[in-house]
Amino acid sequence: MDSDKIRLEIATPYRQVLDVEVDEVIAPGEEGQFGVLPGHTPFLSTITVGELIYRQGNQLRYVAVAHGYAEVEYHRVTVLLDAAELPEEIDVDRAEAARRRAEGRLAELSQEDHDFYDALAALDRAMNRLHVVRTRTPNYKG
Amino acid sequence: MANLKDIRKRISSVKSTQQITKAMQMVAAAKLKKAQDNVVQARPYAAKMSEVLASLAVRVKPEKHPLLQRRDEKKIELVVIASDRGLCGGFNTNVMKMADSFLQEKSGGECEVVLSVVGRKARDYYRRRDWEFQTEELNPGMVDFQWAEKISRDLIDRYVEKEIDAVYVAYTEFKSAMTQEVIVKRLLPLEPKPLAEDEIPVEYIYEPSEDALLADILPRYVYTQVFRMLLESVASEHGSRMTAMDSATNNAIEMTAKLTLLYNRARQAAITTELMEIVSGAEALN
Repeated sequence: MDSDKIRLEIATPYRQVLDVEVDEVIAPGEEGQFGVLPGHTPFLSTITVGELIYRQGNQLRYVAVAHGYAEVEYHRVTVLLDAAELPEEIDVDRAEAARRRAEGRLAELSQEDHDFYDALAALDRAMNRLHVVRTRTPNYKG
Repeated sequence: MANLKDIRKRISSVKSTQQITKAMQMVAAAKLKKAQDNVVQARPYAAKMSEVLASLAVRVKPEKHPLLQRRDEKKIELVVIASDRGLCGGFNTNVMKMADSFLQEKSGGECEVVLSVVGRKARDYYRRRDWEFQTEELNPGMVDFQWAEKISRDLIDRYVEKEIDAVYVAYTEFKSAMTQEVIVKRLLPLEPKPLAEDEIPVEYIYEPSEDALLADILPRYVYTQVFRMLLESVASEHGSRMTAMDSATNNAIEMTAKLTLLYNRARQAAITTELMEIVSGAEALN
C-alpha cells in the first residue's frame, strides 16, 4: 500500500458503505471534530451525528454519519456506525418526513419523558441528513 | 385394479401440489438470495466490532464492566430462535431438538433455566409443553437492527440486574443453501476473542476515556451478535425451505410418473377386457 495514504473503511450493521484510499479524514468525534493524516497515532474515539469528510487529492467528499466508533491506525481508519449515507444516497423525502415526525413528538413530550431524548436524537439525525444533502450535493435544488 | 377415474383425480391433485411446492421453492430462493446478501453485508461490521472489542478488552479488567463478569450459573436464560412459518423441512424441529437437549442438560443440576422465544413455531412448541416465557417475539417481517437492539436490551437489563447469570442462544448458523447448523452459543457474559499470539495489542489514545468507551461499546457488541444470529436464522430458514420444497417438487414429479404408468396400465387392461368380452360374445353367437 502507498505509505502516504489512508485506507478508509466505513461499515454499518447493514452494509459496508465505503472502502477507499484517501489522503485525509475529518470525523465528528463526540469530544470534537478530529482530523487524521497518514501516520496518525492509534486512536479510538466515539463518533457522533454529523458529517465525515474525506479528501482524495483535491477532492473533498462527504458522508452523513450517525453514532458509532472510529478506530484509527497508522494507515487505516475504520469507522463503525449505526447509519451512514453518501449525499447521493440520502432520501430527502424520508429525512424530511422523519424531521416532521420528530418535531411532532417533541411538541407533545416533556423533557422528563425518556422518549423525549429519543425524539431529539431522531430530529438530530434527520436534520443532519438534510444538511448534508443540501450543502453537499452539487447543484442541489430543493 | 384401481378405478380409472380415481387415478385421474389423484394425478391432477398431485400436479397441483407440485405447482404449489414449485412456487414456494422459487419464492424461498428469491428470499434466500436477499437474506444471504444481508448476512454477507453485515459481516464486515461484526468482524470489525469484535476486533475493536478484543483489543480494548485485553487492557481492561473484567471487573470493570458487568457484561464481562462471570458469575456462577444459578439461573440462566435460553433464547430459542426459530421461524414464524412452517413448511421449511427440519428447520424448526432441529432448533427445538437442540434446545431441548440443552434444557435437559442444564436443568438437571442446581441450575434453573428460563426461556425466551423468537418465532411463532418456537412459541407454540413450548406453549404446548407449558413453559413460561420471559419474552416472546415474532419476526416483524424484516430483521432490522432496532429489533435486535430491543431483544438485547431486555437480556442485558436482566443480566445486569443479576436476575440471570448467563444467556445462551439456540439458533441456526447459515453455512450454505444446503447446510445449516444449529448451535447453542453463550451470549452473556461476553467473552472477547483473545488476541492471536503474534498480534501485539495496539496502544490507543482513547476519546472519551477507556471506561466510557467500553461501557458504550459492550452493549452494542451484544446487539451486533444478536443481529447476526437473527440474520443467520432467517437465511437458514429460507435455505431450508428451498431444499424442502425442491425435494417435495421432485417427489411430486416422481409420483405423477408412477400414477401415469398405473393409469395407462389400468386403461389398457380395461380395453383388453372389453375386447375379450366382444370376442367371446361374437363367438357365442356362432
